[in-house]
Amino acid sequence: MTSEQKSQVPMGRLYGFLLAFLLCSVALVARAVNLQVMETEFLQGQGEARFMRVVEIPTRRGNIVDRAGEPLAVSTPVDSVWVNPSELLQTPEDIEPLATALGLDADEIERRLNQRSGREFVWIKRRLHPDVAAQIESLGLRGVYLQKEYRRFYPAGEVAGHVIGFTNIDDVGQEGLELAYNDWLQGKPGSKRVIRDRKGRTVEHVEVIREAEHGHELRLTLDRRLQYLAYRELKRTVLKHDARSGSVVLLDIASGDVLAMANQPSYNPNQPSQDTDGLRNRAVTDVFEPGSVMKPFSVAAALEAGIVGPHTPIDTTPGTINVSGHTISDHHNYGPIDVSMIITKSSNVGATKLALQLESEQLWSLYDRFGFGDVTGVGFPGESAGVLRNHRRWRRVEQATLSYGYGLSTTTLQLASAYAAMADEGRMRRPSLIQGASNPVVSVLDPQIARDVAEMLETVTGPEGTGKQARVKHYRISGKTGTSRKASAAGYASRYVATFAGFAPSSNPKLVAVVMIDDPSDGQYFGGAVAAPLFSTVMEGALRLLDIPPDDFDGVLLQAAADDAMGDAEEDFDGGVR
Amino acid sequence: MNARIFSILILLVTVIVSALGVVYTRHESRGQAVLLGELESDRDAIIAEWSRLQLEQAWLADAGQVEAQAREELGMQEPTDTRILVVKK
Repeated sequence: MTSEQKSQVPMGRLYGFLLAFLLCSVALVARAVNLQVMETEFLQGQGEARFMRVVEIPTRRGNIVDRAGEPLAVSTPVDSVWVNPSELLQTPEDIEPLATALGLDADEIERRLNQRSGREFVWIKRRLHPDVAAQIESLGLRGVYLQKEYRRFYPAGEVAGHVIGFTNIDDVGQEGLELAYNDWLQGKPGSKRVIRDRKGRTVEHVEVIREAEHGHELRLTLDRRLQYLAYRELKRTVLKHDARSGSVVLLDIASGDVLAMANQPSYNPNQPSQDTDGLRNRAVTDVFEPGSVMKPFSVAAALEAGIVGPHTPIDTTPGTINVSGHTISDHHNYGPIDVSMIITKSSNVGATKLALQLESEQLWSLYDRFGFGDVTGVGFPGESAGVLRNHRRWRRVEQATLSYGYGLSTTTLQLASAYAAMADEGRMRRPSLIQGASNPVVSVLDPQIARDVAEMLETVTGPEGTGKQARVKHYRISGKTGTSRKASAAGYASRYVATFAGFAPSSNPKLVAVVMIDDPSDGQYFGGAVAAPLFSTVMEGALRLLDIPPDDFDGVLLQAAADDAMGDAEEDFDGGVR
Repeated sequence: MNARIFSILILLVTVIVSALGVVYTRHESRGQAVLLGELESDRDAIIAEWSRLQLEQAWLADAGQVEAQAREELGMQEPTDTRILVVKK
């Protein structure tokens, strides 16, 4: 071969190759530019999609605490177990130990996994006991994972179950305040973008898309100690009298705060059952005909109309009265008494005589102002308004029965709120369960009339009254007994609702309590015998726990000193038990 | 000419330094992110512990339990009037 032979290679071919290479590189550059510049967004997005992940930042549900900050509902993390069916089904022999640890049926799990084999996420069991979770973790099975979830615990259990309610498995409120304040308690889960490696470990936080907003704490007006006291005593009373149900409401007069609200039957919110009967917060959702506890309001209406004074004589002889063909009667013939004694003795005839002298609108207006027939606005889901028909549709006999509490219905809370207004010189407040709620005061009655009625109410626990069992030692108690027959399909049955509504201390009322016992069936059914003793124990405990001094503290001290001197001088204070 | 080479050199050095800086801060930020993650999980663990302690305390301080213990185990009872001493200031 010589150089001449080399030069014999045609130049055309050489240029041809050069051109071909040039075109190739131009094509490569063009492609590179295209990828880098034109399609960069798409490609970057695709790339990131393969390792960038948006993960949720979980939130905690806010605690519910009582007025002193004691927890009533607390969320705490627990483990739930989930599996990736396609992973676990590769080693079906792993299902057996998993099922054993969880106490489930292995075949059942396998069947469920096969049904959902196309998915990547199947809950197996949620909210495990910590020991079980640890066991699962130690098994180290492939395709079995634990996920942290929050579970709600209610340390007060059934004592405050009705007020607080409960949440479902996804932490959404179902009943009570958990439902009413769900948004406030729940918070908003945040999200963040992270880079994950092949094994799913987070290697870099890129950015927080949205900060998690944790649930807020909900502070109630309930006092856990008083709630417990009210619940315990109510339960005892309901059992003792073999009653169908019962409610107690304790209100702070100056603020309208609900200090205790208890019902029977109850349930444990930690394990809510399907039995809906026990779920209702009867003090707010259930209505009843109040009976004689309404008399203070009809008497107040008569005083307000100016037709009588507190001591105007009323003759109730012969203990019955006929209104439009209906006979209204008293337990005894009280004979000639005065307006005040209508309350003391709970005279239906007396109340009727007063009511029939009133314009129907006067009576209706007073009941309406005290909140009867209208929701209290306490903000509890399912609150019942009760029934108070408009006065234009009242018949004459209705006006008579309304004066002693038949023909209208109320909730226990409504009664408590109305009595609080009567105790506070006619100042009506909205009752509240949540601390910090604003309860504007509305004046609904002349203060002097309210004082007169309050004075009459004190005679109920006096020597001639029907509510002697409501007394609390060292304190002056005002209140009213109520015993109403329950309406049934066949008219009024011989079933009763026993009530007692009252406040203390009489000289400067601080607390209102209303007790309602539905259908006591051990033979006793009078409000003064069934409800009044419960009122007394609850009120006594509440006065003591809240450090409310007796009306006449110095008198009590003198009396105690006298007893001390008279009685056992040998009593040794340091000795402890006598 | 010299000045031009010099300025290019300076630019080159600056580029390298800033590149190293980027690498360093990147590394640092990863480290900090890991630390943040650890601290967050520590915080969560502490909050979880706190909620458990709250529950435990609530259960222990349950009025029913306290009452039962006071009455039955410790033999306590409510004081009668004569056993109450009032201290007045």
